[in-house]
Amino acid sequence: MGAAREPHIPDGQPTGQSFGAAAATRSNQPDSSKVPFVNQTREAPAWKKSVINLDSGFKGLMLVAALVVLGIVGLIVAELMQGSALAWQKFGIHFFFGSEWDPVSGGFGALPFIYGTVVSSLVALFIAVPLAVAVAVFVTEMCPKPLRRPISYATELLAAIPSVIYGLWAIFILVPILRVHVEPWLMKYFSWTGLFTGPAYGIGMLAAGVVLAIMIVPIISSITREVLAVVPQPQREAALALGATRWEMIRMAVLRNARAGIMGAVILGLGRALGETMAVTMVIGNSPSIAKSLLAPGYTMASVIANEFNEATSDLHRSALIEIGLALFIVTIIVNILAGLMVWTVTRGTPARTNA
Amino acid sequence: MPNRNISLRRQMTDYFFTGLAASLSVIVVSALIAILAYLVLRGAGSLNLSFLTQTPKPVGETGGGMANALLGSVMILGIASLFGVPVGIGAGIYLAEYGRNRLGQLVRFTSDVLNGVPSIVIGLVAYGLVVLPQRHFSAFAGGVALAIMMIPTVARTTEEMLLLVPHAVREAAFGIGIPQWRTTISITLPTARAGIITGVMLAFARVAGETAPLMFTAFGNQFWSFSANQPIAALPLQIFTYAITPYDDWHRQAWAGALMLVILIVGTTTLVRFVFMRRMLGGAR
Repeated sequence: MGAAREPHIPDGQPTGQSFGAAAATRSNQPDSSKVPFVNQTREAPAWKKSVINLDSGFKGLMLVAALVVLGIVGLIVAELMQGSALAWQKFGIHFFFGSEWDPVSGGFGALPFIYGTVVSSLVALFIAVPLAVAVAVFVTEMCPKPLRRPISYATELLAAIPSVIYGLWAIFILVPILRVHVEPWLMKYFSWTGLFTGPAYGIGMLAAGVVLAIMIVPIISSITREVLAVVPQPQREAALALGATRWEMIRMAVLRNARAGIMGAVILGLGRALGETMAVTMVIGNSPSIAKSLLAPGYTMASVIANEFNEATSDLHRSALIEIGLALFIVTIIVNILAGLMVWTVTRGTPARTNA
Repeated sequence: MPNRNISLRRQMTDYFFTGLAASLSVIVVSALIAILAYLVLRGAGSLNLSFLTQTPKPVGETGGGMANALLGSVMILGIASLFGVPVGIGAGIYLAEYGRNRLGQLVRFTSDVLNGVPSIVIGLVAYGLVVLPQRHFSAFAGGVALAIMMIPTVARTTEEMLLLVPHAVREAAFGIGIPQWRTTISITLPTARAGIITGVMLAFARVAGETAPLMFTAFGNQFWSFSANQPIAALPLQIFTYAITPYDDWHRQAWAGALMLVILIVGTTTLVRFVFMRRMLGGAR
């Protein structure tokens, strides 16, 4: 290999542009005196040619892997559009505004599921956002150093627990607690809002919202932590130097700066909540109705797919479920892109893993 | 000089919010403890030898286990890793080493999009792509669904870890005339190995608990199945099936299965965190 070596990067052309060029210029100088020598002894053009092939071959192989990612997303879109074509032809845009869901007579409207998804996710955000932001603020700004790792580790563990286990826990532990203790209390003091009326089943929108909240706390709080960590330290010191208490410093110098990023974290949490399937399916009650009360059972887009797809009786039924899947896909993508942009505006220019 | 009265009020506000943040954090941590504690309380009693060696008994007969579901999970995850890990690592290498262009940006964006796709939608797509043409549910279809979910995580972690390798290392390799493909395989990848393994293990742990993508693909099975071409049981699926039945004995099994699953997943995550992360940071600095 050594005999046929070139003074600077061999095959500079097919390699990565940016640092390939940089490396070339840098390693050029010390070797430039030997250029004639090396050129004279270069006797194996065939070897060099094979290296070029290996190099571009390797790059091609990696390119294929990268293109597979593109291909998969393309296939997802194509598959969902093709699968939902039947329902789209039959109902058009009215599919999303109809509230009738009757597989027997063939009438399909997705409104109850959209309503259930939106409401359960909003309930989840309502509960999760204060918790998640509090954890993030506490861990980054307030808590004694030795507690920092255990608390962030605990929130990460919450993220590692599978959805189906949250569902199991919710059915047997959370729902009875809600039914016996929380819901009667809510009905007693908050029934005037109209949100907490009707019999306390335990299962229903509220139960789904609470489980979802526990599930999205980790994602919101870890992104928030990341965002808080990029607030410049001098900013904090300046606020403290001006005589602010710690909370005033956090409010004025940290939270205000991280606002957009925290919003992004919240929206990312929303994206998670919208597509969550198993835990919600297990506790929401699975009844395609639109009720104002949060104690009433509901249904979400993801859970209707989970429950009915295998038992779908007609092609139209299956197609309607796939159309719900397509809608879910589009909505979560928009939400995730939005969230990504908002986090990016805050953390750009800093290394991705500031507090790993 | 600051006004002492205002200062007292501000001081109280400070205490109040510190206390609030601390107590909300306690709530979150206790939620975790509550979940884990109940898993152990309810699951440990039923997690015995027959649970690990037997197949499910019919309703009404006590006993039986989830051995076939354990095997099913292992097979599905094996198939998923077989497809997902090489593609993910390859895509990561492309992004890190050749991806400073438009195509790289597009792939990066697409893989983030793919990462956010709800798992139930992945299940629908795998159904359309594999189950429909084959005309039957199969372990293979489940593996494909989970592989799709692994790829973006593996790809982005691989990219991140490769980019942590200092450019000087690559330049040194180029400087002594090693071609780029050889540099990547023999120098950059080994340097980032611990980090990449971490990413793979985390992706693995994440999909190991997935239920939704398996419902329309692997489908579940109450009996032994050793074929990639047949419907097959999986641990998360079995937990779901048992949890929504009205039978106490099956509930006990579901708790035992859940405990088993959490031990596997949390075990993997913790192992990765404490063994590989430390080594990786040590290597990169």
